[in-house]
Amino acid sequence: MKRALLATLFFLALLFIWITVARAKIWSPILLPSPRSVGEYLAGALRDGTLLQATGVTLRRLLLGYFIGLAIGLPLGLLNASSKFVEDTIGVLALGLQTLPSVCWVPLALLWFGQTEGAMLFVVVMGTVWSVVIATDTGVRTIPPIFARAARTMGSTPFHKWTRVILPASLPYLVTGMKQGWAFAWRSLMAAEIYVTILTGFGLGHLLHYGRELNAMDQVIGIMLVIVIIGLLTDKILFSPWERFLHRRWGTGRR
Amino acid sequence: MSLREELEGVPPAKLAVEHVSKWFRQKRQIVHALDDISLDVAEGEFVCLVGPSGCGKTTLLDIIAGLEKADRGQVLADNHPVLKPGRHRLVMFQESALFPWLDVRGNVLFGLKLKPGLRNTERREIAKFFIHLVGLEKFIDANVHELSGGMKQRVALARALAPNPRVLLMDEPFAALDALTREQLYGDIQRIWQERRKTIVFVTHNVREAACLADRVILLSPNPGRIRESFDIPLPRPRDINTVELAGYATQITRALKGHLHATVAD
Repeated sequence: MKRALLATLFFLALLFIWITVARAKIWSPILLPSPRSVGEYLAGALRDGTLLQATGVTLRRLLLGYFIGLAIGLPLGLLNASSKFVEDTIGVLALGLQTLPSVCWVPLALLWFGQTEGAMLFVVVMGTVWSVVIATDTGVRTIPPIFARAARTMGSTPFHKWTRVILPASLPYLVTGMKQGWAFAWRSLMAAEIYVTILTGFGLGHLLHYGRELNAMDQVIGIMLVIVIIGLLTDKILFSPWERFLHRRWGTGRR
Repeated sequence: MSLREELEGVPPAKLAVEHVSKWFRQKRQIVHALDDISLDVAEGEFVCLVGPSGCGKTTLLDIIAGLEKADRGQVLADNHPVLKPGRHRLVMFQESALFPWLDVRGNVLFGLKLKPGLRNTERREIAKFFIHLVGLEKFIDANVHELSGGMKQRVALARALAPNPRVLLMDEPFAALDALTREQLYGDIQRIWQERRKTIVFVTHNVREAACLADRVILLSPNPGRIRESFDIPLPRPRDINTVELAGYATQITRALKGHLHATVAD
């Protein structure tokens, strides 16, 4: 409760500074719009449905790409940790591609897929997969071998061992990897939406882009706020339950 | 198997280690870990393997468990060769090896769930029984990180006992505990051993601990691991580790241990 209060106060203070600076008219309102005009833009966009529609389009792309990325990344990471062959081939590739900023996939995706949903999806999947592979791999390798030994003495078969010991034991790393994958997916999708105009759906990135084209700073800042809020909410909704579980069971993480 | 049979226990098994040798290939050299070890353990006997580090006592335990393969010789459990780990021979490790993603009950249930022929309600009943047996009924829903070292080893003991193995293999299970906790566990393990009648092979480098727990102490020497001597400890139970009689046996074993060490160094 005390922490929530502190956070509220902090953001109120930020808002206050923003209002004061905007009122002082140090910079032109075109560069620094007042909170009120940003609010008015958001309210308008909410009313005419643009904002909800764009958020829907963006989230659909994001979730689809993210879960495809997870579905590829998790098994690949497990394979990576259990096979020397995979480690020396795909493992090296994953490590290399993970260092590639995800926005670098955009030109390639455009040339391959054109201005289509496929290009968007490709960028998000590429942004997600490699960090999930690396995190899963690290997680599995960090498990004390004694867990698997103990399980074997109790009659664990290889399949049982993987599903009931290796996977849950690497859960702290998996969640970190999934979180990182999520962050990369989010970033790469925004990059793709800003650069790629496609007609199958206007996402938040497009709104941001058109805000710039129209010199509408209230729109730019408004959409940025929305993006931040979505990021915060997904963190809370998607990952908080996992982190609470980890914290309770392992006794690690936040106090 | 019915719940009642499960809770009453199964007859302990006898073990026969026959001419077991083991080598480990390392990068620069081949280490001769065990050399022609033969050892019989009777049904329900409590045997301690004692020796300095590097004498292969843990390797021998792993081979009996089926976690390692002998390069020569074999291990028989009730006249059947041991080829892989099996739930009739459960292992308690030095670190508790409890699974942090499960609570106390979940850990004890882990082996039980792998045991066929039981209903889930029966499994839960059995888990409760063994958690009670090691005195942790208040902690049945606790998480592993909330337990002290001694409590963790009690859970590990309950987990090893729950699937009703005929042999219990213990690899320095109390080495990481403080002296007071250890003494408590000596009492517990003796009580549980008498109640549950298991064949126990217990590895330790603590001579006094061995003298306190074992019917028979087997002394191993390193490079390569060999059985040097065997000591019967005919003291009545339950034993207190602080008695003079027990100290007498411990001194005798320690002297033998030191003698062999000097002999090995002189070689």
